[in-house]
Amino acid sequence: MNNSPAREFFQSCWKNVNFMIGFIIILSVIIIAIFAEQIAPFPFDEAHKDAILQAPNRTYWFGTDDFGRDMFSRIISGTRITLQVAFVGALIQLTLGITVGLISGYFGGVIDRILMFIVDVTWCIPGTILALAVVTILGKGLTNSIIAISLVNWASYARTVRAKTMSLKNMAFIETGIAFGERPASIMFRYILPNVIPSIIVLVSMNLPGTIMSTTTLSFLGLGSQPPSSDWGLAISQGMKYISRAQWMSIFPGLALIYTVFGFNLLGEGLRDLLDPRIKSQ
Amino acid sequence: MLKDYIIKRLLNGVLLVFTVSILVFSMLHLMPGDPIDLMVDRKVPVERREALKAEFGLDRPLPEQYITWIRKIVTKLDFGISLRNRQPVWELMKMRIPISLKLCGWTLLIEMLIAIPLGLLCAYKKDTFVDRFTVNTTLLLTAIPGFWISVLLILIFGVKLRWFPLSGYETAKHFVLPIASGVIGSVAGTIRLTKTEVLDVFNEKYVLTAYAKGLPKRSVLIKHVLRNALILITVLVFMSIPWLISGAVITERIFAIPGMGSLMINSIILQDYAVVQACVLVISILTVICNIISDIIIGLLDPRIRVSITGGDR
Repeated sequence: MNNSPAREFFQSCWKNVNFMIGFIIILSVIIIAIFAEQIAPFPFDEAHKDAILQAPNRTYWFGTDDFGRDMFSRIISGTRITLQVAFVGALIQLTLGITVGLISGYFGGVIDRILMFIVDVTWCIPGTILALAVVTILGKGLTNSIIAISLVNWASYARTVRAKTMSLKNMAFIETGIAFGERPASIMFRYILPNVIPSIIVLVSMNLPGTIMSTTTLSFLGLGSQPPSSDWGLAISQGMKYISRAQWMSIFPGLALIYTVFGFNLLGEGLRDLLDPRIKSQ
Repeated sequence: MLKDYIIKRLLNGVLLVFTVSILVFSMLHLMPGDPIDLMVDRKVPVERREALKAEFGLDRPLPEQYITWIRKIVTKLDFGISLRNRQPVWELMKMRIPISLKLCGWTLLIEMLIAIPLGLLCAYKKDTFVDRFTVNTTLLLTAIPGFWISVLLILIFGVKLRWFPLSGYETAKHFVLPIASGVIGSVAGTIRLTKTEVLDVFNEKYVLTAYAKGLPKRSVLIKHVLRNALILITVLVFMSIPWLISGAVITERIFAIPGMGSLMINSIILQDYAVVQACVLVISILTVICNIISDIIIGLLDPRIRVSITGGDR
């Protein structure tokens, strides 16, 4: 039992510094998001009229904003929004990307050409511009901006899944499946998909930072979350108005964002080393 | 062979531009509700609405509307009229495009001057202190959102040190902080890309051959590695233009520079759809053109890619 594959895998995880640091950072973010109400000293939208634009002090650790709301509590509550963005964004991108990639790679031919042309089209418009166009159509708001960013980012999943599917499609176990009369949908989702999952996990962790940053950027531009939301991007843009008087309003939300994104980056680098056999062999 | 390759790329580009133009055209019709509601006030009586619809051509079938729309753009640069300013869209854009180009051009130039030598150095001195330091710094930089770099620069050099103005575009001094934030935002990616590509060149057999036949290191580096890396550099320049434009959209908004980007975002907020459509179309076409140019340049410089694209099954 001592040398089971699972145990070996966990041991290599433990040894991978990037993965461990990233994992601890993301775990801390998740814990903060779950216990946000217990950690935050004040409700995130409670205005203290006697404490407007206060510098960081003992009561208000990260200072207060122009309504006298506690910045620390607002940042703690903002972690929930950020994780929600990451989760929902990844879900939409995965559903779209995996379905298109599997169908395109498995069937090939005209279907493949049409689907890959759609991917080409999404790639020929710069991401920010495409996201802005989608937000124009759907209207402002956090959900709409997550959808917009996902419509930009799904294409890389489709490309990867397609390439993997094409290389797996002629393997003996797939042919056996077909010979046993499995339907294409079953071949795609029960035979091919499990073999693609490791590369998808790596791709998700590499893509999440981008999804979070782009959605925050839309909120910063005033097109994502609307007041009184505690979204970090929105907080930074509100802080910009008071940049010469109350720097803490724009600095602390930015640091929180960098902490989270850096965590996902390290986790992604680590997972790539652990799960991608091509890199491991080098 | 080369002719086939160029024709293939051009046809693909035309198809992409055509598709993008259809998508941009359908933006108005993809939105919930009647397009006329987006243009006139809800209080306008029904008869007047119908008259306006006829005037704007909105009662025609969609393909016909598309053809009239695209014909006006191609022949007269007529993108319609801005609903908020009551001015032709092209008049609004005409003044702003040079400002954006100025910002993007300088950012690109400075970024390349920093990124390419650093990328080459990291590849050449792989796994030394210089390489590790640069790679770790770029890793940290990629975790910082572009707009927050601008905020930080404003805070340090604008508010605290008072070296540069906070916003505006009148003098060269106004452009220092926007260009700096653009460079910091995109330099990390370019360094990493240059490094991996140059490392690939180092692993090529012809480099090994050059060493094996006893050429001095210097000559191998300049004649073989650098020359092949130049292909990559030209391509990098063209490929980073779309990224630059996207970054500039946000930078312009933060520093209140009246370029295409701030025009686009203001128009989205004001729901001035004709302007948004025009901006998306112009930027996308620019991107497609840059991609085609970079593809053709690689094709000219590297015969292997030419063969793989025309000879392959794509």
